[in-house]
Amino acid sequence: MATKTKTTKKRKPKEQLDGAQAMIKTLADLGVEYVFGYSGGAALPIFDALETVKSDIKFVLTRHEQGACHMADGYARATGKPAVVLVTSGPGAGNTITGIMTAQMDSIPMIIITGQQVTWMLGKDAFQEADIFGITIPVVKHNYLVRETNDLPRITREAFHIATTGRPGPVLIDVPKDISQSPFTGDMNAEIDLPGYNPEASYEIDDQDIEDAALIINAAKRPLILAGHGAMISGAEMELMELATRLNCPVTSTLLGKGVFPETHELALGMLGMHGTAYANKAVCECDLIINIGSRFDDRIIGKAEEFGKNAKIVHFDIDPSEMNKMITPDVQVIGDAKAALKKLLKKVDSLETTSWLEKLDGYKKKFPLSYAKQGGLRMQKVLDEFYELTNGEAIVTTDVGQHQMWAAQFYKNSESFKWISSGGAGTMGFGFPAAIGAQFACPDETVIAVCGDGGFQMTLCEIATACIHKLPVKILVLNNHYLGMVRQWQEMFFDNRESGVDLEGNPDFVKLAEAYGCKGINIKRPADVRKKLQEALAYNDGPVLINAECVKTDLVFPMIPAGAALEDMLTERPKHKMAKPIGST
Amino acid sequence: MATKRKITTADKKPAPRPDLIGGHTLSMYVNNEPGVLMRICQVFARRAYNIDSLVVSQGRDPRFSRLTLGISGDPAGLSQIIMQCTKLIDVIHCFEHMPQDAVVRELAMIKVMVKGGEKRTEVLQIVEHFGGKTVDLTESSIIVRIEGASDKVDAAMRLLVTYDIVETVRTGKVVMARGEGIT
Ligand SMILES: Cc1ncc(C[n+]2csc(CCOP(=O)(O)OP(=O)(O)O)c2C)c(N)n1
Repeated sequence: MATKTKTTKKRKPKEQLDGAQAMIKTLADLGVEYVFGYSGGAALPIFDALETVKSDIKFVLTRHEQGACHMADGYARATGKPAVVLVTSGPGAGNTITGIMTAQMDSIPMIIITGQQVTWMLGKDAFQEADIFGITIPVVKHNYLVRETNDLPRITREAFHIATTGRPGPVLIDVPKDISQSPFTGDMNAEIDLPGYNPEASYEIDDQDIEDAALIINAAKRPLILAGHGAMISGAEMELMELATRLNCPVTSTLLGKGVFPETHELALGMLGMHGTAYANKAVCECDLIINIGSRFDDRIIGKAEEFGKNAKIVHFDIDPSEMNKMITPDVQVIGDAKAALKKLLKKVDSLETTSWLEKLDGYKKKFPLSYAKQGGLRMQKVLDEFYELTNGEAIVTTDVGQHQMWAAQFYKNSESFKWISSGGAGTMGFGFPAAIGAQFACPDETVIAVCGDGGFQMTLCEIATACIHKLPVKILVLNNHYLGMVRQWQEMFFDNRESGVDLEGNPDFVKLAEAYGCKGINIKRPADVRKKLQEALAYNDGPVLINAECVKTDLVFPMIPAGAALEDMLTERPKHKMAKPIGST
Repeated sequence: MATKRKITTADKKPAPRPDLIGGHTLSMYVNNEPGVLMRICQVFARRAYNIDSLVVSQGRDPRFSRLTLGISGDPAGLSQIIMQCTKLIDVIHCFEHMPQDAVVRELAMIKVMVKGGEKRTEVLQIVEHFGGKTVDLTESSIIVRIEGASDKVDAAMRLLVTYDIVETVRTGKVVMARGEGIT
């Protein structure tokens, strides 16, 4: 007979978290939606916490840690919100460097969590121990090596705060295994403690600076707005539109600023710089005022610094004081958030009479339109142009790096922020495809196109598996010229057409390769087929589709300003004479 | 203001490096945490500025450290570097100090071999002139300590160079803003 057991009310044991669980809980509290990553020994406790902690966080296993970073990057560029990268120590962490650098160069918020050897092994060359804290200092906005389990929630929250405020950027948290594995006994809500970081100050705009800027602006006859990524990050689209239309002022944008001002607007001049439109670069040469809103005057847009806008006064709006006077010395600098600054500026500026200036620029638009030869085989420009038409310019376009990137920038006109995703500062090949995966996770209902070269695509193509598993309908457009085209262009133009290290012989059959992963593949060989095949790709939404377009092998991107040359020295067609090697920049 | 001068027995008369003359003095107030110095040094190294002297010590509030840096290089780029340092999350503030607005001091110890009383007397006279102290004395050697503004330390070094100096150690300068100025 069963003895009567005393029915004591079973007390639920107080929830005992370990460090890793406290960290994942904090990430969930912060609203993190996606973690992209790759597992390994030192990160085991954190991976386990992803399973044991109830949250809405979704984990995506990538095929390479670089891919994980670019996915988080693409996610952030499409939403403005950060995603998390989670990898193991040593080689796992090492594989993230290019991805972190890419995010840092373009001011992209990102949280990278790396597993690490146990604390007492640090500095002893233990298995898979690397000083990732030291290695990444130059490529992060900030980083941490966690030494106390109880610090994890605070550090995680600080990392988030730093990554997403002020000028955004990647923040890395290195977590030794004993730290993530030990019991957490601290305060989950410990406050952030950052005495050296005060991003709120960027919303206080100096009145005098605005007065000075307005004075110059109100006196301008040939003004030009240069809109950069900073304007987009701050969400200043409306203020920018108001400023441009009030001043009757043309707007050019940087590669990363594409879309912050609609490129289809009559005041839009498209992108400026090395492969920018001729009319944008002419405008820079002939304007009497440049209003730079959130661009850092990258060397690829200014060319020879001494010549840049030499007939113009320059007003520079930037949230980062260390960008002032770095490349260009402005007449007036306004430090702070672009939206906050423009709001103030709009109270001080009147409409300008710019009819003849706009007419002049219209003349340039007619004289130097973006165009391409319709004969002589399939051109990348043609494919991009058709894609633009078929998607009404509304798709999210990510690019890799090279000729295809510049043509995509020229021919895919963007009308909205956060729809153009391209590695600008770092120029990272291998970025485009994983970034598209990240963007598609972020925006499941949008059409996402990854425009890639055959070179760069092969650097991260293993992520086809990731796209297939999640049935992401990413359109992978491989513009295949069987060359490292952009490098070949420089060799043709500046190195007597001596090809060195640019022939991609040995390329796979990309369609068969896609099919091996279970991905749909489409070949385009003739210009006449482009529209039909692209329509077929756009209609397919059961998973990724790879379109391999066999393009002209030796085309050149124009306009072109040789690196370090003045904007006036722009080439709009194949040069007839031999060119000197560029020396001013790369 | 010269801050780094190598004096060895092999090279008794080093030519002053012209780019060091008029070296810049920076002060920083930073989080007292591992790795902070690494972040700061990288900013200078990347722009090819040399850190000629560096003094780090805990602040009155132990959560923070104070740094004084002696820097040589183009002044134009330096103001940008100051902003890049200020941008570091761990840096509370970073200032450049002009000689007229700040007190700058450093300390040097100099070991001189003195065989024979005559030489020893001469060395002691020089040291006394500069308000220095003898901190170690043996039959064959003498260690003197000289403190003051860097140019005073330099001047003492220039006179002592004719003797048999075997080692010199300088702390590097520390700075404090005059009056109500902030360091
Ligand atoms: C990781 C990396 N390695 C090298 C380069 C240098 N690079 C810039 S463009 C380019 C060629 C890209 O070739 P492909 O991907 O085929 O594109 P295409 O220029 O032919 O359109 C190279 C090698 C780079 N940007 N990134």
